[in-house]
Amino acid sequence: MSALLLEAKGVAKHFGGVKALHDVSLSIRKGEIYGLIGPNGAGKTTFFNVLTGLYHPDGGEIVFAGEKLKASAPHEAAARGIARTFQNIRLFANMTARENVMVGRHVRTSAGVMGAVLCDRRTRAEEAAIHRRAEELLYYVGVADRADDLAKHLSYGDQRRLEIARALATDPQLLALDEPAAGMNSTETEGLRRLVEGIRADGITVLLIEHDVKLVMGLCDRVAVLDYGQKISEDVPSIVQKDPRVIEAYLGGAVA
Amino acid sequence: MTLFESLRHNRRAAIGAMLFLGILLAVLPFTVGSMMGNSWLRILDFALLYIMLALGLNIVVGFAGLLDLGYIAFYAVGAYFYALLASPHFGLHLPVWLIIPGGAMLAGLFGIILGAPTLRLRGDYLAIVTLGFGEIVRIFMNNLNAPINITNGPQGISGIDPINMGGVTLAKPIEFVGITIPSLHAYYYLFLGLALLIVFVSIRLEDSRIGRAWVAIREDEIAAKACGINTRNIKLLAFAMGASFGGVAGGLFAGFQGFVSPESFSLMESVMVLCMVVLGGMGNIPGVILGGILLTLLPEAFRHGAGPVQMALFGKILLDPEALRMLAFGLALIVVMLYRPAGLWPSSTRRREFKGEGA
Ligand SMILES: Nc1ncnc2c1ncn2[C@@H]1O[C@H](COP(=O)(O)OP(=O)(O)OP(=O)(O)O)[C@@H](O)[C@H]1O
Ligand SMILES: [Mg+2]
Repeated sequence: MSALLLEAKGVAKHFGGVKALHDVSLSIRKGEIYGLIGPNGAGKTTFFNVLTGLYHPDGGEIVFAGEKLKASAPHEAAARGIARTFQNIRLFANMTARENVMVGRHVRTSAGVMGAVLCDRRTRAEEAAIHRRAEELLYYVGVADRADDLAKHLSYGDQRRLEIARALATDPQLLALDEPAAGMNSTETEGLRRLVEGIRADGITVLLIEHDVKLVMGLCDRVAVLDYGQKISEDVPSIVQKDPRVIEAYLGGAVA
Repeated sequence: MTLFESLRHNRRAAIGAMLFLGILLAVLPFTVGSMMGNSWLRILDFALLYIMLALGLNIVVGFAGLLDLGYIAFYAVGAYFYALLASPHFGLHLPVWLIIPGGAMLAGLFGIILGAPTLRLRGDYLAIVTLGFGEIVRIFMNNLNAPINITNGPQGISGIDPINMGGVTLAKPIEFVGITIPSLHAYYYLFLGLALLIVFVSIRLEDSRIGRAWVAIREDEIAAKACGINTRNIKLLAFAMGASFGGVAGGLFAGFQGFVSPESFSLMESVMVLCMVVLGGMGNIPGVILGGILLTLLPEAFRHGAGPVQMALFGKILLDPEALRMLAFGLALIVVMLYRPAGLWPSSTRRREFKGEGA
């Protein structure tokens, strides 16, 4: 067994009376593709939001790479090495595809106002490196030909891939993808599968929320199932698929 | 605009254009002064101050997307800082090279102080709170004459030292290698120099890590956070940078006018500067400069022209030129917003945006 990268311990999040997350504990190992599935409203996105510091948890804690994650500090989560995409794509719509990825480099670069104004050697080198890395990542995810187009003019599938490129630009250890295949056709989904496998092969751990059961079961090393904010199962796909609670709560007709 | 873009790619044409623009800007005060008189020279000087203000506000509103309706407060801070430290009011006469940068820094600090409580606000709410802050600063200036007289209240501070550079005062004609440079011309060159410096800083910032972070916050604050941008600090930086430009303009204003009073820093002034940014083309530096020039010159042209034209046409003045001026201004605003919603000279991306929506 390889080392743990992330360990959530009893994470809870309530919205008024809704227990969106209720005592959720799960652990993700370094280098695996970990699936998070469950019916609509199960709390998957809420877990992402707690993990990335957008929501303050009402209980529990998350340990990442051996250290406790600070709650409600999204930019620190990114600095620690957690990157994400959003279920309802959140690109910088009026920036070009290239600029979107360049913003992703923010957390790994340091030029300030003085550097920008004086444009000294160090700043110029840093800018050049940002440009290069953005170029590479656009190519890597397959949207290099749209580099100078505004993000909002990209096709849906390209936008999803661009969001992944932007997330990768932060040099993450953990890449959290919230329904990356939503709205994609089968060819695009196949491309996405290869992309995610490639990302993992590069040594980045992937946390994947996805409703496409075939994709999840084919791609993930392990899967956790959420239902009404509670984890009802966690194991390798072949076992999770046969778990009667999972079949009842989520898979239903999909497997039967 | 296509001309402008092609200049970016053709080096020789760009150098030629710069040279032409340089000569034009250098001889402008002499042409204006001899053809149109001193009142228009003063207006030209003010246009440069407004360009500085508009570029400062552009950082906050245009780049970072934070609607600030109290921006003129920073102009006031810069102006009062100069007035208090270089006038008979306190008997202090500090040199310009201390007061102008000092005023910029103080205004920047005020930008942070007034910006900090608004960090969680957006859009309309932010506009209302900043509007309030702007008014608070003005009201302070109005009332800080008792119990200790700091600002001299509504009477304002007069007798402010004119700008004096290395022993040469700009208030009197300057003899320079055989040419006489009148005072208004000298101020023009000083203001032009500083306006160009602010343009330069704006351009450099726009195309930098910080500039991209500002735009990212404007576009999607949550995604910006997820990219590791410390949105609190980066927003405060926008407030501080924008405010410091205002502080510079304010200091120059005080030295130029020789008099400051709270009246000069009303809400209407904030609105005017915002109009320059929005009409010119939010977020686009050339557009904002254009907005600053047009909105300083056109209303003045109207004020100077409306009277004589009416006299010539009707033999008497039917409508008060001042009222006509505001009427024309309002109409112009409506027309521009209807036909060029992204401003007169929008940035290339914004232009695409408005076209893209239709496509
Ligand atoms: N900001 C919020 N305010 C109030 N309730 C919320 C908020 N965010 C999520 N919820 C509620 O929490 C529950 C879990 O929502 P969440 O978005 O995490 O589900 P999900 O598993 O991602 O579902 P889906 O598959 O539809 O994306 C839902 O009942 C939702 O209505
Ligand atoms: Mg969701």
